[in-house]
Amino acid sequence: MTEQTLQLLTWLIPAMPLLSFFLIMLFTKHNKTLSWLLAWAAIIASWVMGWIVAFDMFGRDVDHLAEHPTAIHSAVDWLPFGDYAKGLWLQMGVAVDPLTAVMLFAIPFIIAMIMIYSVGYHNYGQPEGQVRGVPNHGQEEPLLSRFFAFMSLFAGGMLTLVVADNLLLLFVGWEIMGFCSYALIGFWYARNYDDPKKITPRKAGIKAFITTRIADVVMLLGIVYFYSVFGTLNFSEALSAHGLEAAATAVGPAMLGVMALLLFTGTVGKSAQFPLHVWLPDAMEGPTPVSAVIHAAAMVSAGVYMIVRIFPLIAVGMEGNPNVGLIIGGIGAFTAFMAATIAVAQNDVKGVLAYSTISQLGYMVAAIGIGAYVAAAFHLITHAFFKALLFLGSGSIIHGMEHGAGHVHDHHTDPQDMRNMGGLAKKMPKTFWTFVIGGFALSGFPILTAGFWSKDEILADAFFQSSHGDAFAGVVFWTLAIAALLTAFYTMRQISLTFLGEPRTPLAEHAHESNNYMTIPLILLSIFAVAAGWAGIPEEFPILGPMVNNNFFHHYVGATIEHSLSELEHAGLLAHGLETLPFNWFPLATSLVVALGGLFLGWWVYGRKPLKSGERDPLIAPLGPLHQFLQNKWYWDELYQAVFINPTIYFSEVIVYEIMDKGLIDGTLHLIARTFYTIGGYVKTFEQRVISDGVDWLKDQFLAMTKEFRQLQTGRIQEYTLVSMLIAVALAVVVLAINYGWFNQLFTIIP
Amino acid sequence: MGILTIVTFLPLLGVLVILIANRGDKESENSIKWIALGTSIVTFIVSLIVLGNFDKGVSGLQMVEKANWIPSWGIHYYLGIDGLSILMLLLTTFISMVSIAASWTAIQHQIKQYYIFMLLMEVGMSGVFLAQDLFLFYVFWEFTLIPMYFLIGIWGGKERIYASIKFFLYTMAGSLLMLLAILYMGITNETFALPELIEGRAAFADAQNILFLGFAIAFAIKVPVFPFHSWLPDAHTQAPTAGSIILAGVLLKMGTYGFVRFNLPLFPEASIHYAPAIAVLAIIGIIYGALVSLPQKDVKKLVAYSSVSHLGFVMLGIFSLNEAGIQGGILQGVNHGLSTGALFFLVGVLYEQRHTRLFSEYGGVWKAMPVFSVLALIVTLSSMGLPGLNGFVGEFTILLGSMGSPALGPHPWIYTAFATTGVILAAVYLLWMFQRVFMGPLDNPKNKALKDINTRELVIMLSFLFFIIWIGVAPSGFFGLMDSSVAHLVSSVGTAVVAGH
Repeated sequence: MTEQTLQLLTWLIPAMPLLSFFLIMLFTKHNKTLSWLLAWAAIIASWVMGWIVAFDMFGRDVDHLAEHPTAIHSAVDWLPFGDYAKGLWLQMGVAVDPLTAVMLFAIPFIIAMIMIYSVGYHNYGQPEGQVRGVPNHGQEEPLLSRFFAFMSLFAGGMLTLVVADNLLLLFVGWEIMGFCSYALIGFWYARNYDDPKKITPRKAGIKAFITTRIADVVMLLGIVYFYSVFGTLNFSEALSAHGLEAAATAVGPAMLGVMALLLFTGTVGKSAQFPLHVWLPDAMEGPTPVSAVIHAAAMVSAGVYMIVRIFPLIAVGMEGNPNVGLIIGGIGAFTAFMAATIAVAQNDVKGVLAYSTISQLGYMVAAIGIGAYVAAAFHLITHAFFKALLFLGSGSIIHGMEHGAGHVHDHHTDPQDMRNMGGLAKKMPKTFWTFVIGGFALSGFPILTAGFWSKDEILADAFFQSSHGDAFAGVVFWTLAIAALLTAFYTMRQISLTFLGEPRTPLAEHAHESNNYMTIPLILLSIFAVAAGWAGIPEEFPILGPMVNNNFFHHYVGATIEHSLSELEHAGLLAHGLETLPFNWFPLATSLVVALGGLFLGWWVYGRKPLKSGERDPLIAPLGPLHQFLQNKWYWDELYQAVFINPTIYFSEVIVYEIMDKGLIDGTLHLIARTFYTIGGYVKTFEQRVISDGVDWLKDQFLAMTKEFRQLQTGRIQEYTLVSMLIAVALAVVVLAINYGWFNQLFTIIP
Repeated sequence: MGILTIVTFLPLLGVLVILIANRGDKESENSIKWIALGTSIVTFIVSLIVLGNFDKGVSGLQMVEKANWIPSWGIHYYLGIDGLSILMLLLTTFISMVSIAASWTAIQHQIKQYYIFMLLMEVGMSGVFLAQDLFLFYVFWEFTLIPMYFLIGIWGGKERIYASIKFFLYTMAGSLLMLLAILYMGITNETFALPELIEGRAAFADAQNILFLGFAIAFAIKVPVFPFHSWLPDAHTQAPTAGSIILAGVLLKMGTYGFVRFNLPLFPEASIHYAPAIAVLAIIGIIYGALVSLPQKDVKKLVAYSSVSHLGFVMLGIFSLNEAGIQGGILQGVNHGLSTGALFFLVGVLYEQRHTRLFSEYGGVWKAMPVFSVLALIVTLSSMGLPGLNGFVGEFTILLGSMGSPALGPHPWIYTAFATTGVILAAVYLLWMFQRVFMGPLDNPKNKALKDINTRELVIMLSFLFFIIWIGVAPSGFFGLMDSSVAHLVSSVGTAVVAGH
């Protein structure tokens, strides 16, 4: 395939869904069938083109790629900077390097699966629901076209971000997704709940957008700083060894660390890391396919993708300023642990997955913080597969439960609450088996599942560093290990509560398997949730390593930055380049113990004797108030409300608006006005007494002239004349001042 | 007669035709509207011809028309256009055309006077952007006050009298100081022509700090720069829809344009001297305007206060005193005119049907007016600075400019950092506004009768969106127009300062 064709394809990958967005919005929105067909066609086209490009890239020689990672590149002029005539342009372009190639392998495929699933999820073909802006259980979604339009835009944003060759285009995709998340989380914009404490979808949308936007703005600051230091926003130019050396000479490696942190803040928001994680659980208010696309394939992955993308900068920054690594790794590890503990005590089937997503993203961020570039990218890809599977699976569960709710006419029992489920394995076998596969992958079930290999690599990296004297990496290692134990535990809890035992409500009793639109994507995704991990089995892993492709993923994705890291090492900006770790039994054993141990514990507590109807969660008694604390998500929302939101509202409303604006500023103005008015009153009296009727006659004439506006202007004419007089006096003063040279004297006094 | 004279005074022809056509009956009222709209369309087309003849490679004035007016005082009739004003002229003719179309059904009484004032307004605004003689500029500058005063005072809301007087007196008071400065310069140099005054700067260089302030206060009130902003919320809120569109779209830009056109080239040392102070006020304005927008209960007032915040960005860009900053500032002025103009129009559409602007009266409008709501969403996002739409391009270049500005002291990034907080707050108040009006259940029975926008309103909105998207996706052409003039301005400010040291 020629370079031109590949370049064209790379441009078209994000263009197809964007095009479908416009087509749906402009032309086909009144025809639901045509709308979703268009969205399908576009995303499937992107998927096919993505795989063509990806497989072309996979087929290339790794050593050659290491020399020239950006194998496909094409750009156009966009914004003139500096001097237009000299042709200094900010370019917008697309580029494919090994990292992009693996993203192109995973992302369009997953989004395509979600799109296919969505048609079934929104009950296409059933009678149309009559109420807009709320879920119509069992009926066709009336706003189906809008849904697919925004999903297409979302896909377009994500794919733009993946193929972007510069930070600004990446940011464009990033923000498009931010907006789409807002629109899609708030998709059921008219939905209200009886419980006033439960957040409505429209508020959840705003919360998501604003929380991530706080981070985005800091990131924008980082982009601006990036440009002012590097003089370009292009990744391959700026993040080459040459570019980084020049930048390090200009501002010092420590400032590059600050820049990395500014950009990393964007990740904290987008990938829902502490302290900006609060938006993600509430984002579950959106339709489930939206949750899948936000929390698996697209938005949250974007945050991690960005820091993987700028890794050379982070690496140099960490070297120059060790706090950078501490902050990134610390935030990641803490988030992984905290979110895992919260997930243990959630009852909403999607809520568990939401916190599990936050937790898993924490793994990736922690991996970056300890310099484990490939491990972060690997976990990013495998997580995208199995988390999409889990979300779609949970959607299928909810769908089944809603069917049950419709059957028994019960619309008060929460179909998402796992306490109301039970025994669904028999009712929904396909959903059950695929969900188990996804859950085991998430838990890191050994050897078979993708999650095992990628999580193991992160743990191995952390262990390697800690065994080489990095105490912080040791902390990260143990935190992540405990989090992994919790992960396996809550996953097994979820599977048990949902699928095992007997139905606990009539809803679960009458649940049934979802339609083929939904189950086929589940099956396809479950294949990858298993197989994706086999691309990254360490070479030295007994038996399997040499047998399966010799750790393809590590060498291939590593090729993206291998060359520039080793040059940076020579330049003294890095302590070491990209490393292939020696095999060690200890982290492997840890992985095995925590995964199997967690699954076993989960089964012991929840699966062995499945919950009966009306029984309490067996964890409540032993954990006591701690359970309350976890169930309420460590009270972060309440804390933020009290510390940030309420004071801001008070400050803007009372202090700034009432006291400053209306009181101080307008008050001063009114005082001046009143003073002049009073003076004007005296002048008027003076005028009436002193000046004779002749002037009155003139005034009458003037009033007659302005009759047209009189009804409005009653009483204002005097002010007019006052103003005119003021002007005349001022003019006279100026002329006099200039004539007598007063100004010159004045200005000799004032410098 | 040159093309700039034609584009400036063409609306007067429309005024004349209206006076002739008026017979005071219903039928002639309709024809008055068409005459006014036709005139503004033709004026817009003429301004496009100006654009066609514009040579973007030239940094100086083009299409110059110069004649003596009062020779003994050195006053000329002097029009010219360059990269600093071409976008402003286009914005003026575009906004005038759109706001006349936007008044179609909103204005029900005294139709003749209304459209005459609208056309007179256009003459004044075009004149401000084209005049190259300070005296002539001042005449146009003051002239714009009069039609706007009446537009607010006659066709405005409940507190129109208070708002119009406040607007008039406040801006007039500021202008007087400028008049003093103009007279001083004109008399010391015996000419009022701007290019000659720039040449002969030495004659008043000693007084430049105070002259700078004379101009700056007039312009700062117009922009408005914090703390001179308090006329704006009242004027914007009380003005009829078209008046608000013109105020936000063009009138405020006269202030920022004034800084670029007069303050920077006439008083370069003073500009650098005061740049940090003005940038600080700009940043206060950005944050302050955003904070005050939050608690507003009136949609229009929220949009009005948001202007204070947005114009703070423009000022920050201009007083970065480098190319990226000034270009970003000028473009952001245009962007603000488009986005905020469109927002005012949207509020006007709602007001026309419901006769209220209080948030508490709305909610769930999306259900009743789906097309309208989608358009409103795009405009809201553009005002927020979402990438892909116009606002982002301006904000980004301004941030770049301020980050790399030596004029702002050794740590210019501090300004940039503070400015970005305004971006966050903008997202908060705009999304909150959108939620309270458009989302949620449609529970107010009065809103159920809302009709979606008609063809005329749709065409107006699409014309806004056309530019909003164009600038957002492919801004290079817009930068190209101003580039050589801005480059020349920046280098002349730079050399003047070097020479001075």
